[in-house]
Amino acid sequence: MDLFATALPALGQAWALILQPIVLGYLVLGVVMGLAVGVFPGLGGIAGLSLLLPFMFGMDPVLGLALMIGMVAVVPTSDTFASVLMGIPGSSASQATVLDGFPMAKKGQAARALSAAFTSSLFGGLVGAAFLTLFIVVARPIVLSFGLPEMLMISILGLSMVAVLAGRVALKGLAAAGLGLLIGTIGEADAGGSLRMATYDIPYLTDGLKLVIVGLGIFAVPEIVSLLRQDRAISKEAKLGAGWGEGVRDWVANKWLSVRCSLIGVVVGVIPGLGGSVVDWIAYGHAVQTTKDKSNFGKGEVRGVIGPESSNNAKEGGGLVPTLLFGIPGSGSMAIFIGAIALLGSGEIEVGPSMLRDNLDITYSIVWLLALANVVGTLLCIAASGGIAKLTTIRFTYLAPFLFMLISFAAFQSGQNFEDILALFLIGLIGIFLRRFDWSRPAFLIGFVLSNPVEKFSNQAFQIASFRFRKSFEEGMDYIFSPIVIVLLIITVVSVVLGLRQAKSIMAEGDVQSGSKRAPLVFLLIIMGYVVAALINASLIPDYNMTDKIVPLVVGGIALAALLILLVQMILRPERDPIFADKEVSGEDADAPYGLWSTLAWFVGLIVATYFVGFILALLGFLISFLRVRAQAHWPKTLILTACGIALMCVMAGALNRDFPPGLLQGAVDLPWPLN
Amino acid sequence: MTIKYFAATAASAACLAAPALAEVDFAGKTIEWVIPFSETGGSAKWANFFAPLLSEELPGNPTVVVKFMPGAGSTKGANWFQEQEHDEGTVLFGTSGSTQFPYLLDDPRVRYEYSDWKPVMASGTGGVAYLNPSDGEKFDGTANNLKDVNFIYGSQGATRLDLVPLLAWEMLGMNVEPVFGIKGRGDGRLMFERGEATIDYQTSSSYLGASADLVEKGQAVPMMTWGALDEGGNIVRDPTFPDILTFKEVCEATEGCATEGEAWDAWKAFFIAGFPVQKIAFLPAGTPDDVIETYTAAFDAVRNREDFAQIAEKRVGKYPVFVGEGAAKATQRGTTVSAEAKAFVTNWLQEAYGVSLK
Repeated sequence: MDLFATALPALGQAWALILQPIVLGYLVLGVVMGLAVGVFPGLGGIAGLSLLLPFMFGMDPVLGLALMIGMVAVVPTSDTFASVLMGIPGSSASQATVLDGFPMAKKGQAARALSAAFTSSLFGGLVGAAFLTLFIVVARPIVLSFGLPEMLMISILGLSMVAVLAGRVALKGLAAAGLGLLIGTIGEADAGGSLRMATYDIPYLTDGLKLVIVGLGIFAVPEIVSLLRQDRAISKEAKLGAGWGEGVRDWVANKWLSVRCSLIGVVVGVIPGLGGSVVDWIAYGHAVQTTKDKSNFGKGEVRGVIGPESSNNAKEGGGLVPTLLFGIPGSGSMAIFIGAIALLGSGEIEVGPSMLRDNLDITYSIVWLLALANVVGTLLCIAASGGIAKLTTIRFTYLAPFLFMLISFAAFQSGQNFEDILALFLIGLIGIFLRRFDWSRPAFLIGFVLSNPVEKFSNQAFQIASFRFRKSFEEGMDYIFSPIVIVLLIITVVSVVLGLRQAKSIMAEGDVQSGSKRAPLVFLLIIMGYVVAALINASLIPDYNMTDKIVPLVVGGIALAALLILLVQMILRPERDPIFADKEVSGEDADAPYGLWSTLAWFVGLIVATYFVGFILALLGFLISFLRVRAQAHWPKTLILTACGIALMCVMAGALNRDFPPGLLQGAVDLPWPLN
Repeated sequence: MTIKYFAATAASAACLAAPALAEVDFAGKTIEWVIPFSETGGSAKWANFFAPLLSEELPGNPTVVVKFMPGAGSTKGANWFQEQEHDEGTVLFGTSGSTQFPYLLDDPRVRYEYSDWKPVMASGTGGVAYLNPSDGEKFDGTANNLKDVNFIYGSQGATRLDLVPLLAWEMLGMNVEPVFGIKGRGDGRLMFERGEATIDYQTSSSYLGASADLVEKGQAVPMMTWGALDEGGNIVRDPTFPDILTFKEVCEATEGCATEGEAWDAWKAFFIAGFPVQKIAFLPAGTPDDVIETYTAAFDAVRNREDFAQIAEKRVGKYPVFVGEGAAKATQRGTTVSAEAKAFVTNWLQEAYGVSLK
């Protein structure tokens, strides 16, 4: 009880600290900066926080915190713009939002989707803060009860969402998830350092692929290419149907879903080591399972937006627990946040176990600054959403070149290699074909995201469990089957069973017609080829590094089995079977005036030109020729738009102190910025 | 009195005059301090701490920005730096033990050569190993009673800094099973707090920040520090933890552990690269002497700030910062190991953990 006796006055002090005009001013400044950075896909909080770092040294702690929290808090809010309007997952927090948010935008309901998303974000943020205020004083032992088996179970629960999202043919979803898992294992293994599908001669591969690139490649590239081929606006009617008021009403109608998903967000966010990667999928799965009429999911169901968006802001609040109480960052931006806190003032705030004892008022200030930043950010976003939603009524051919520009830049920022852009293109190709043949893209992405946690936690949990079993059988059993594990196991089993039953009605790619056998079969064989190669590659790892080979072998084996069954089914079944779904047979893609390869060639052109003359020069040529030739714009319009695009890139890169991809030309000659 | 007074005056005059003599001026320039790790690591913290201080002390007060170039366990950034040429002295590069270890172990990705570069500042840290309470009771300043205990340790990988604690425990005859694949020492500590790991170590600042709390509450028992280096290159008590035994002392007192011979030499070589000379700031090959001197003077001024000890303690730890000649010497120590030591460690990594860097 004495904990609460100290907690209440501290809460009062925290509010006294926060409610100073200058603190609120800094908070708003941070929020505005966060929004400016966050609307660009792939940049997010890390870029923004790094920008603030130089100013943090010796700054008044409360002001510095207000500035930084303002910035971090709004990123999961503002990246919703890209997810809903363009189908681009702005960060790992908004991947699931794409599934229903983007189809809504296509139906002309962008403003509705955005305001429903923002209202959910706001509410999630507040629920998170309220929960934390009570929880944070008792959090330590609860967080410590989540050991490796528990974390493994949560990762598996996340993976079980594949069942819901597998699509019409469950085996295809399973194989897509397996492929995602395998691609996630590319590179140096965490445990023993063996290389999987990589070589030291290509250092790029040893680090594995980045989530930003895979997210953009799987969701953004296929959608951009498809829309560009159809040469129309994102919104089919080229006008906005529903207004933002409707989105708020949607939220009111679904407030209990929002409450539940917010709590899912806080709880999963609290567990260190998992971060945000699974939260939005679990929330999405929950939203699907609790909806009576599931037929609209994947086609623009507002509950599919409210669920993940409620959870992802709440997760930020939950993520503060491991960050502040244990000094263990839950995400990249939290890691910088910890580093920056040390720079504040005279360094008196020390993140870690002493935080609650010595700085409870500061802890509460952080929690409520986060909530307040959510409120400010959301209001700004809702105010802006009506106007920004108009983007969906513009002829897409005018948007596409800038989106290619943005995603290439974002991909490059993830690792500053030319290979980043190349990887984006290759993953984009995979995405295009997964979409075409109706293999679940969400399942692929869930597999990729959870590849590392599943591998790491299963290896480590196995090792510690066998250590305990050597001591005694009971100790081992106690370790593996803790009450939390059993509860999670039950939830997982229930969700898989329910999910499989429901999956058939959830068609993330819409109703895809089937046609000839050849193309789907060829794609299946190509995937099978990769899986076999990965299996052979993994089996060559020496046995003493069992930790590095076991997961690729098991996952690859399951994926291969699924693929073989599919192959047999494909041989036996008639052409009209859903297994042969192919978007090029009929529908939007088949009727599009432009072909796939000629459209893709533009993107390839940008990449090839970047390789030779560097990004900015390549972009100059790309924008001018695209707007002139493909969009058939007049010279004045072409030049103005090109200048705007280049200026935007330069301002962004200049302000965030980022480089552009250099080409061969830059290797030979010294050029001034931004051409270097 | 006169001679002493005269000498002192002359010395201080020389010191005052030194910055004025340098003709290098960075007014209006931007200095990029490149760190081959992500924004989130310890090296980022280190560079972000020094950058504004350096900016204040360099002539012309240039803007010092920290840039991150992560990849391939920092070898990507180091390979990049190897190709940089002197250009007005506006590129600074920071390495850490994780850059030095692949270099020392002949990692195939290494295409850089430390001796080409010009060190201007080096700083270090220490480390403390600690035990769970029940095994801590058996610790009596020797590891004699710990030899039949099985320990579990959350490790980032045997070829990383964890090489130092793992080899130390092995030399003491302890049976420590590493669980590989954790992402940072913070995760290791969490594993220890959850009771999944039963032994752990932290670098000094993390130990002070979190583990010391566990010790206070009786949930952990400090075992030993790795020690610190004195002027002559001998291992002495860590100044931050003068009451905790060093590994050297524990080893001497433990049966079967020797502070000489190839195992000891190898341990010491990698300890130096990983701890007392952990982080080094370099200028590229071919940098002219006047630029090097300007940086040396600036870092010297930083470490001589009146409040340096105070502001550094919380952020990077209370350890000596070497500049100029000292930094060069430290770099030399931290980036060379004898062929025997290298062979011993390579062989041990292969035998104990099946790790080979080929």
